[in-house]
Amino acid sequence: MNEYTTTRHNELVDPSLHIWGWEIPVYLFVGGLVAGMMIITGYFLFKGKYKDSACVCRVLPLLGMIILSAGMLALFFDLDHKLYTWRLYTTFKFASPMSWGAWILIVVYPVMIASFLINVPEYFSKKYPWMNKISLKLGEHKYAIKNIGVINMLLGGLLGIYTGVLLSALGARPLWNSSMLWLLFLVSGLSAASAFVHMVAKRADERELLAKADNGFLILEMFVIALFIIGMVTSTKVHNESALVLLSGIYAPVFWVFVVGLGIVIPLIMQLLAVNHKIKHTPIAPIMVIVGGLILRFVIVYAGQYTHWADAAF
Amino acid sequence: MARFGMVIDTKKCVGCMDCVVACKTENDVPDRFNRDWIVQDVRGKNPDLQMEIRSERCNHCDKPPCVYCCPTGASHLHDLGGVVLVTHDMCIGCKACLAACPYDARFIHPDGYADKCTFCIHRIEKGLDPACVSVCPAHCMNFGDLDDPNSRVSKLLNSRKNHSIMPEAGTSPRIFYLV
Amino acid sequence: MNPLSRRKFLKISGATIAAAAAIGTVSKALDKSDSKRKGIEKIPTFCDICFWKCGAIAYVRDGKLWKIEGNPIDPLSKGRLCPRGTGGVGAHYDPDRLRAPLIRTEERGKEMWKEVTWDEALGYIADKMQKIKSQYGPESMAAFSHGLGGNFLKHTLKAYGAINFAAPSFAQCRGPRDVGFRLTFGEDVSSPERTDIRNAQCLVLIGSHLGENMHNSQVQEFSEAVGNGASIIVVDPRFSVAAGKAKFYLPIKPGTDLALLLAWMNVIVSENLYDKEYVEKYGFGFEQFRSELSSCTPEWAYTETGIEPELIRATAREMARYKPATLIHPGRHVNWYGDDAQRSRAIALLNALMGSWGRKGGFYYPVSMDVPGYPYPAYPAPLKDKVDNPNKKYPFAHEAITTGIREATLTGNPYPVKGWLVYATNLIQALPNEKITRQAIQNLDLLVVVDVIPSEIAGWADVVLPESVYLERYDDINVEWFRDSFVALRQPVVESPHDQKPNWWIAKKLAEKLGLGNYFPWKDIEEYIKHRMTAAGLSFDELKKNGIIPGAKQPNYFDEGVPAEFPTPSGKIEFYSVQLQQAGFDPVPKYKRPAPGPAGSFRLLYGRAPVHSFSRTQSNRILSDMMSENELWLNADVAGRLGLKSGDYIQLKNQDGIVSNKVKVKSTERIRHDCVYMVHGFGHTAKGLKHAFQKGASDSQLLTRFETDPLMGGTGMNVNFVTIETEG
Repeated sequence: MNEYTTTRHNELVDPSLHIWGWEIPVYLFVGGLVAGMMIITGYFLFKGKYKDSACVCRVLPLLGMIILSAGMLALFFDLDHKLYTWRLYTTFKFASPMSWGAWILIVVYPVMIASFLINVPEYFSKKYPWMNKISLKLGEHKYAIKNIGVINMLLGGLLGIYTGVLLSALGARPLWNSSMLWLLFLVSGLSAASAFVHMVAKRADERELLAKADNGFLILEMFVIALFIIGMVTSTKVHNESALVLLSGIYAPVFWVFVVGLGIVIPLIMQLLAVNHKIKHTPIAPIMVIVGGLILRFVIVYAGQYTHWADAAF
Repeated sequence: MARFGMVIDTKKCVGCMDCVVACKTENDVPDRFNRDWIVQDVRGKNPDLQMEIRSERCNHCDKPPCVYCCPTGASHLHDLGGVVLVTHDMCIGCKACLAACPYDARFIHPDGYADKCTFCIHRIEKGLDPACVSVCPAHCMNFGDLDDPNSRVSKLLNSRKNHSIMPEAGTSPRIFYLV
Repeated sequence: MNPLSRRKFLKISGATIAAAAAIGTVSKALDKSDSKRKGIEKIPTFCDICFWKCGAIAYVRDGKLWKIEGNPIDPLSKGRLCPRGTGGVGAHYDPDRLRAPLIRTEERGKEMWKEVTWDEALGYIADKMQKIKSQYGPESMAAFSHGLGGNFLKHTLKAYGAINFAAPSFAQCRGPRDVGFRLTFGEDVSSPERTDIRNAQCLVLIGSHLGENMHNSQVQEFSEAVGNGASIIVVDPRFSVAAGKAKFYLPIKPGTDLALLLAWMNVIVSENLYDKEYVEKYGFGFEQFRSELSSCTPEWAYTETGIEPELIRATAREMARYKPATLIHPGRHVNWYGDDAQRSRAIALLNALMGSWGRKGGFYYPVSMDVPGYPYPAYPAPLKDKVDNPNKKYPFAHEAITTGIREATLTGNPYPVKGWLVYATNLIQALPNEKITRQAIQNLDLLVVVDVIPSEIAGWADVVLPESVYLERYDDINVEWFRDSFVALRQPVVESPHDQKPNWWIAKKLAEKLGLGNYFPWKDIEEYIKHRMTAAGLSFDELKKNGIIPGAKQPNYFDEGVPAEFPTPSGKIEFYSVQLQQAGFDPVPKYKRPAPGPAGSFRLLYGRAPVHSFSRTQSNRILSDMMSENELWLNADVAGRLGLKSGDYIQLKNQDGIVSNKVKVKSTERIRHDCVYMVHGFGHTAKGLKHAFQKGASDSQLLTRFETDPLMGGTGMNVNFVTIETEG
């Protein structure tokens, strides 16, 4: 029988950590989504698909910038000492994933602008003719465009990976303490991006490709989640308890119903049937995937704050 | 270079919270926030009980995850004694350090920056003990250089059974409790 | 008198204090910092959060009060204050402080006042006091005063002719132990207790919870003794902090301590473990004492206390092993069951068997400096007897009985009491059975309360006078009785933020209004203190600078030269008390089983927390941040059966149907299944205490019954039983 009392009652910390609310899961999801969008954009650029005016890679860079900016705004809302945000850009801290992320986010914009300028949408080319000039110049250098494609894929990958490393470097919260987290967030981001791009793409073959890609990512995601859980369950006592929080504890209903069921399994089944032409494509499955991805971030961020090393001592 | 730490005798500690109050007034800690706190750890079944009382605070770890994760360098190891400090005007309030600390020793000050025990750096610079150590009526708190074999803290660690908190979290805390 | 325009109709509960809740953002109205003061100033004084009077050094930073540390040359604190003293800053900054004199505008208890000037308030009081004097006599004006700050007010009243003065510390707190020790050794335990804890090799605590009870020197010495490896024996139904350090913990059934004490003495005497030489030299009536003990065997005690006979024997032998450095602590608040003076006498006798009185590790002889009082004119000769103990009903009460004065106020016998002056004691929470206190108050023509916060008793007053807190005022000098003698000064550190005044000024002005100005021949308190210091051959300037002037070393123990004299009828340590026998009481204590409570109820026990003093600190924002509410300690198995867990809120209902405020449950292994425990001083009902209002529950509200000690009139209050009411 053990009784443990503490007189500490610090806001955000007691009785259990609750420092990050909706802002961080939203930002992490947006980061993963944009990362996936960049990888898809990069792939299409690399494969030369940009030459078709209906290619979805024409609209993705601009969409990506808008969505990412919204995510960064959420991130900014979370900061408690906003006037000093500029300090992030006075240094680079090698051991801090957050420092990595701050710089990656900055570097991502020029790349997306460059991708945007390869294929300026009509609306902008009419309003700002100088954009057309750059577009034409770029069009002359196929290898430059190929490289921009590769950079998109690499940077997108880094962006997606870093959102997972950000949490997994915080060893004090056992649930995050997994070397699978970067992969989980990357795959989830790719899956959500595929679902999103499938919905905005105009060409039927692109839509088909993305649906198939999404299925692949969803299957991979299931394996990654399983490995993530297995890693927890075969580790220390606190890690076991963390896994149980998701599997049978207070976050279990959300995890099983929304993340696994409605976020992965059901849309996967629907999309498999659709790509095999058994049923028609609808936005339902992609929307479920996107919402499922968002809820995955919420569950991981909230449940992670709930898990703690101190549990081991008692 | 010195490595400052604390050795606290739980046998003598009565958990009176004088250390908490002294810290509050010395450092103008805002209302409802604590840089240090008292833990009572009771085991057994009535009437066969054992109780350990601990005055806890930031452990000023040798391997501080709060310093490693800070994106701006606000959280840093000070030259004097390796004390872990936060430079207020470099902190952006991202709270990564709150998440990184296995001891939950940090909090966000109402003014927006991350805050915690500073080992009363302004006092130890003048050769005084931290406020909590100076005030303790049970005389159970000791502060000093863990790297000096002749310091009070080193001698106590060598002569009495002791433990730190959650050493398995891997941060090498510098506060030890004599049992 | 003041024109109408100056009167503000004030509801204390809606007072226009725009104070922020947090001390960190204290209202600018309170921030009367002196802009002329720059840098760090260190001003010595002594604390007033409790009655220990620890020497302190207050730090002022740019004219604002910053922090308080202990005075290193103070023998009481040795440079370290307790958490309440360290948090004393919060008393100065408390936004809910009384600010100006108040006269009530509606019936008593409604907490409706108007702010008035000092002149008007004191004039009102003097007027009423003169009426009482002419109608009933000055004896009908009584005073309840607790603490050094009451000295000058008592002086004014004595000059006026009052004779009835009482503090709750006797009949509600430590009275029985002083009576029990006087009957045995001829002397009180005193305050600070003359317990030589730091040299004790075996320390026995009976209900005493040092470490939670935070009398500074006692706790410092307790920790020192623990650090030295002293053998600690704790007897308590609750596993206190002290129990956590004990070699032997005895989870005694509440109310049966006397049986244990008698059994211990039985073992020690029958096994010849007592200090023979000491007892032979100094004892009287030992053989009769021995024969009275013969039936008090450990086997008998086991049936009463629940403590195994072998454990009783083992602990008795442990005590004897370390004699004479064995100290059975007399406790402090010992008004428990109504037989408390006899139980305290048993403790005294056990110490006598150990030979610890007058010896190292036991009880030392406190000493003091010789500082003459101020030469005042003589007080008027009393024409009546004191009212609190008519016909010496309680023959061994050597101090006034607060509840006796209350009784006389209620009944009018032996003569009416028509006026109360209450200084620094919250009678509503201090005296048992609040209803009787309120009824007695209704019989008064005048109730004056001098306080720093709008306490419950202030809520019933006709006139409330706001005192400056100790950090803002001079007080009478403290000529202390302790191991080492010294004289200490309390002096102002910062200014009072509003219209608060120090007690000496209030007393002097009131005396002038009463035409008794000749009893205050000094123009201000500095003149008074200087006079006394000069008369003692001491420097007031040195006292102002250092806060303390130590006296020459004097002997504390028999072997240092203290004469082994015992001011008892026999001149010796009375193992058998003839005077008790002649008064019709047991000459050697006898155990009586306490009455059980109703089936399914729990005995209500109460005690102390180290961060609070009675009911006077819950408004202090710093100390309230440490502990903002009390908890109801409930045995974990019992809680489980009732479906309760820690953090649930319940109410308590006592045997007379009184229901408490909601209080948080602490389900714990650290208490027996037949009792519950809570820290005293919470559950405030005074609306002016905005921060403390209805936080936690009030134990004193539930103490409707008490057992009066026949020897000295103390009110044993551990005789109330409660049931747990979960939210309906």
